[in-house]
Amino acid sequence: MAKLRVGVVSPEREIWSGEADMVIAKTVDGEIGIMPQHAPVLGVLVEGGVLRVKRGGGEDDLVAAVHGGFISVADNEVSVLAEAAELGSEVDVAAARDALARAQASVEANQDDADAAVEAKRAKARLQAAGEDV
Amino acid sequence: MGAQLRLLRRRIKSVKSTAKITRAQELIASSRIARAQQRMQAAVPYEREITRAVTGVVSNTGAVDHPLTVVKEKPARAGVLIVTSDSGFCGGYNANILREAEALRGLLEERGLTVVPFVTGRKGVAWHSFRQREMGGQWVGFSRKPAYADAKEIANTLIDAFKDDNGIDEIHIVSTEFVSMLTQNVAVKRVLPLEVEESEAQASETIPPYFEFEPTAGDVLDSLLPRYVESRIFSALLQAAASEEASRRRAMKSATDNANELIRVFTMQMNQARQAEITQEISEIVGGANALADSAAGKE
Repeated sequence: MAKLRVGVVSPEREIWSGEADMVIAKTVDGEIGIMPQHAPVLGVLVEGGVLRVKRGGGEDDLVAAVHGGFISVADNEVSVLAEAAELGSEVDVAAARDALARAQASVEANQDDADAAVEAKRAKARLQAAGEDV
Repeated sequence: MGAQLRLLRRRIKSVKSTAKITRAQELIASSRIARAQQRMQAAVPYEREITRAVTGVVSNTGAVDHPLTVVKEKPARAGVLIVTSDSGFCGGYNANILREAEALRGLLEERGLTVVPFVTGRKGVAWHSFRQREMGGQWVGFSRKPAYADAKEIANTLIDAFKDDNGIDEIHIVSTEFVSMLTQNVAVKRVLPLEVEESEAQASETIPPYFEFEPTAGDVLDSLLPRYVESRIFSALLQAAASEEASRRRAMKSATDNANELIRVFTMQMNQARQAEITQEISEIVGGANALADSAAGKE
């Protein structure tokens, strides 16, 4: 079976690139799974989503926290353009927990605090990407 | 004579210490150029992908009808984003940008537009506030190491100003393009309204004729175009940072060379002065001895 060529890039660096069997991302409409021969798609990703790349061949899945951006699929090529992204293995769990606690506290204090809500989502995504329970 | 010698020695000492400083600055700038270039390289994939995505949407939806791409019929106000550096010691870097910005201002005013400058970098901000020009926005503190968040902030301000009905009708950016270590050019580009370049040859190669959108083409465009503007501003900031360090390195190199030349000249003058002093002393002694000898001969 053909493989997907996947690139995960953020404005400041290329996060990861390689081949994979399947890519699962979260768009504003819901989760989307991309397998080889998928029709061309351009989707908007949610803030604080988790991206999962199934590499196959016995390798572990690649998990990344992706904040905003796009996924574009064409010709068995998947590019994930994230405004900010972090591989699960790079996440500083303690810092993310800390950020989550802080953001949740300010959301509780002020329900309209949109920034803090986004911050909480991001922290959650980072923890999920790192394989932690949230 | 003794006074001149002392003076020259003092000047040599001061020029030497200046040379030390400029030499150090030169080395720092050289190492920073490499890092700035790496950052530029790292940003290339994202830029390429986002350009491709925009082209993809455009070639799929045909005519793009979006607030950010609409050319206003009667533009009244133009915004100019001027990218300068935070610190000096970089030769003509800022002067070149500001000169180009002034030229652009002249051109725009000829077309009957009011120009609103948006400035990044302390040098440009100082230049504008000294002339009491009102700025539409100013950002400082990141000229050497711009982060994406900085570009985002600038882009948001510009886009808001552009979307506002009584706001700005077109936005240009004046920044320095990094061509190579030796060549950096000041470039003027129009950012808004967006010109989506639709290169036919490329489109047929890389963009399939049919694209699905999630959720809809309009929504995708709504969030894609601002990102595209951000990415263009980010790339301008990164190039400007690399150019800044390159011109700093060049300026500091010529300053060091000049200082060394001065030291050479002063050392020569000092040696001459010392030699002259010795010669004079000798001729005084000889003259004195001769006079003594003559008077002794006269007595006999």
